[in-house]
Amino acid sequence: MSEQTNAAAGERVPVTVLTGYLGAGKTTLLNRILTGNHGKRYAVIVNEFGEVGIDNDLIVESDEEIYEMNNGCVCCTVRGDLIRVVEGLMKRKGRFDAIVVETTGLADPAPVAQTFFMDDAVREGTVLDAVVALADARHLLMRLKDSPEAEDQIAFADVVLLNKTDLVNAEELSRVEQVIRQINPTAEIHRTERANVDLGKVLNRNAFDLQRILDNDPHFLEAQDHDHDHECGPDCDHDHHHGHHDHDHHGHDNHDHHGHDHHGHGGHKGLDARIHDTTIGTVSLVGGEMNPDRFFPWIQKITQADGPDILRLKGIIAFAGDEERYVIQGIHMLIEGDHQRAWRETEKRQSRLVFIGRNLDREKLERTFAACAA
Amino acid sequence: MPTIAPIDTGAHVEWAGFIGDTPAFAMTDGAVVLVSGGERRIEIAGGITCAALALDGSALVTGGENGAVNSVAGDGAARVVREGTGKWINALACGPGGAIAVAAGKNGAVMPHGGVPADFTCERTIEAVAFAPKGLRIAIARYNGVELRFVGTQSPPLFLEWKGAHIGVTFSPDGRFLVSSMQENALHGWRLSDNRNMRMTGYPAKVKSVSWSPKGKWLASSGAPAAIVWPFSGKDGPMGKAPKELGSMGQTLVTQVACHPVEDVVAIGYQNGMVFAVRIDDGKDAVLRRGGAGAISALGWDRAGRRLAFGCESGEAGVVDIAG
Repeated sequence: MSEQTNAAAGERVPVTVLTGYLGAGKTTLLNRILTGNHGKRYAVIVNEFGEVGIDNDLIVESDEEIYEMNNGCVCCTVRGDLIRVVEGLMKRKGRFDAIVVETTGLADPAPVAQTFFMDDAVREGTVLDAVVALADARHLLMRLKDSPEAEDQIAFADVVLLNKTDLVNAEELSRVEQVIRQINPTAEIHRTERANVDLGKVLNRNAFDLQRILDNDPHFLEAQDHDHDHECGPDCDHDHHHGHHDHDHHGHDNHDHHGHDHHGHGGHKGLDARIHDTTIGTVSLVGGEMNPDRFFPWIQKITQADGPDILRLKGIIAFAGDEERYVIQGIHMLIEGDHQRAWRETEKRQSRLVFIGRNLDREKLERTFAACAA
Repeated sequence: MPTIAPIDTGAHVEWAGFIGDTPAFAMTDGAVVLVSGGERRIEIAGGITCAALALDGSALVTGGENGAVNSVAGDGAARVVREGTGKWINALACGPGGAIAVAAGKNGAVMPHGGVPADFTCERTIEAVAFAPKGLRIAIARYNGVELRFVGTQSPPLFLEWKGAHIGVTFSPDGRFLVSSMQENALHGWRLSDNRNMRMTGYPAKVKSVSWSPKGKWLASSGAPAAIVWPFSGKDGPMGKAPKELGSMGQTLVTQVACHPVEDVVAIGYQNGMVFAVRIDDGKDAVLRRGGAGAISALGWDRAGRRLAFGCESGEAGVVDIAG
C-alpha cells in the first residue's frame, strides 16, 4: 500500500502536513522524516524555529496567516503564509523533492489543506499528500476536553500516530484509540513510541488523490461484508514496530475496535458517548446505485448549506449505468470528484459516503441521500 | 527581428535588468550574473528571495533566505546592507536617496542611505512594500488593506481598508494613485486625494507583475492572456473606463510586464517564454523572443530603452537589442 513513488502525482511536489498538540511528537517525527534513509530531500515549513534543532537545508519559518477568501464564505479560508512560502519554494525546485508543513498545536488544519486546493499557483506546483496528526496517548483525552482544535486535528487527519504508547497501559491505550476511531473512522491509526513509524505509512499516502483515495483504507470498501475478526490488511500496524515492548494489548481486542466503527450500518456510535463527549461525529451513508441527476445537486446543496460543519467527506458512488467507480472527497465546502476505475466483477456496486463533522443531522443526511437512489 | 544574446543562468531568474549600463540577472540560488565583455558571477550567501534596483540604477538590492540584505554594484562590488535575521525576506523596495524598505513576516524596516534603520511591526504579515515617489511614505500591502506609513516617524499608519488579501502594492509615478494586487485575482486602487476605491477585476490569474508607463499614463499588468493596461491619465484614473488588452495570445498567460522607460511601449513576457513589445496607443506589436523552455519570470529595460533583459523560471535569460 505504501508506494514509494510519486508517479501518480506527476511532477507536482507532494506535501505532508503534520498536526498535533504541543508535545505530541511533531518535531520528533519531523526529524525522523528528515534523517530517514529514503534518499529524498525535504523542504520544511515551520511556524517557529523551535527549541529542538532541525537540521535541514531548506527550512522556512512562517507566521500562520489565515486569509478568508473574499467570496463571502466563512469556511473558505487559506493560509496566506503558505501560499507565499510555497510560491517561493517553487522557485527553488532543484533543492527538494517534497514538502513537510509543521503546524502549531493550536492550528486549524482546514485552512492549511484548503490552501492546496484554492490557490491556483500552489495547486499547479504541489499536491497535498496527507494530513498526519500526532496524538499523545497519555494526554489526548484531556486535550480533547479542553480544546476543540485537538479534536479538529484528529477529525481532519488521514493518518493518526498514536504516540507515546509507552507512557500508558494497555487499557488506557485501547480507550484512546477507541476515541480516535469515534472521532475519525476513516483515518489510519498507527501506535508509536517516540514517533517511530515506518515512514512509508506517513509519506506518499495520496490521501487526497481521487485515483487513490480510500484505497489505503481497506475497511472503508469492505465494510459492509466484513466482520470483527477481519484479516489484517497490509496497513495494519499491529506488530510491525512494537516487537521490542510489551505486546499483549495488541491482541484481537484491539482489532475489534479497529474495525468496529467502520461498518456501522449507517454509522453507529452508541457506546462511545460514555467514553468521551466528542462534539465531532460521523455519519456513514450506504446505498445502492445513485442517480447522478439527483446526487450532484444534493451534494452541492448539502456542502453549501452545512459546509462550515463538515470537516471531511469521502465516498465512492455507484452511478446507474456507469461502468466506473466515482470517487468524491471534500473539505468544508470544497468538493471534488472524478471517475476512478471500472468496478470489478467481484465488487458489489454500492455507494458509500462518510461525513466527519459537527452537528451533523444524521436523519436528514440519510433521508436525502436515500432520495438520490437511481 | 532584434538580436538576442542568450545567457544560461542555471536557476530561476528572480530579477533581470541593468545595473548602471551592465546587463544583470539575479537568481534564486543566490547568483548575480553580470554581463560585461564576459559573464561574471557573484554569489550572495543565503540566496535571493527578492530583488529591486536602486532608484539611481547604480546597484541591485537583494533580500535572502537568511533575512540578510545585500547590494551589488555594476562592477560586481557586493556588500552586506543588513545582517540576516534567519527569516526569508518577502518584501523589498528601493526609494529615493538610496533608501531601502524590507520586510520579513510582520516585521519591517526602512533603511535610509547611511542613516539609522527604523524598524516597525505590522498587525499582519507584510506582503509587499512600496515607496511613495518622494520617499516620505511607504505603502504596506497586507490582509484586508494597505497601510501608509510616514518614514522615520512613530505616527500611527493610515489604513486603507479593502477586504481580502493584498499581495502587491505600487504608487503611480505622480503619487496620485495607489494600486494593490490581490489574492482574489484583481487589482485594487485608491485615489489618494480622497481615498476613493477603484476596483479592477476580471483577471483569470493572480497579478504578479505591474508596470507604470513613464509618465504614469498607463498601468500595465500580468495575470491574463493579454497584458491588461489601465488608463490613469484622467483625474478619476481607470474608473468607468475599460482597460486595453495588448499582445493577446489566447493560449498562454502573461507573466511579466515592463514599460519602456521613454515611450508608451510595454514589453510583455508570457508563460511559454515569448516576449513581445507592444505600443500602447495602437497595439502594434513586435516579437522580441519566440519562446523557450520556461515562463518569463523577469524583464527589465536599460535607461535609454534600447536593450531589454529577460529571465525565465527555467534559468534561460538573455539581452534583446531592440536596434538589432
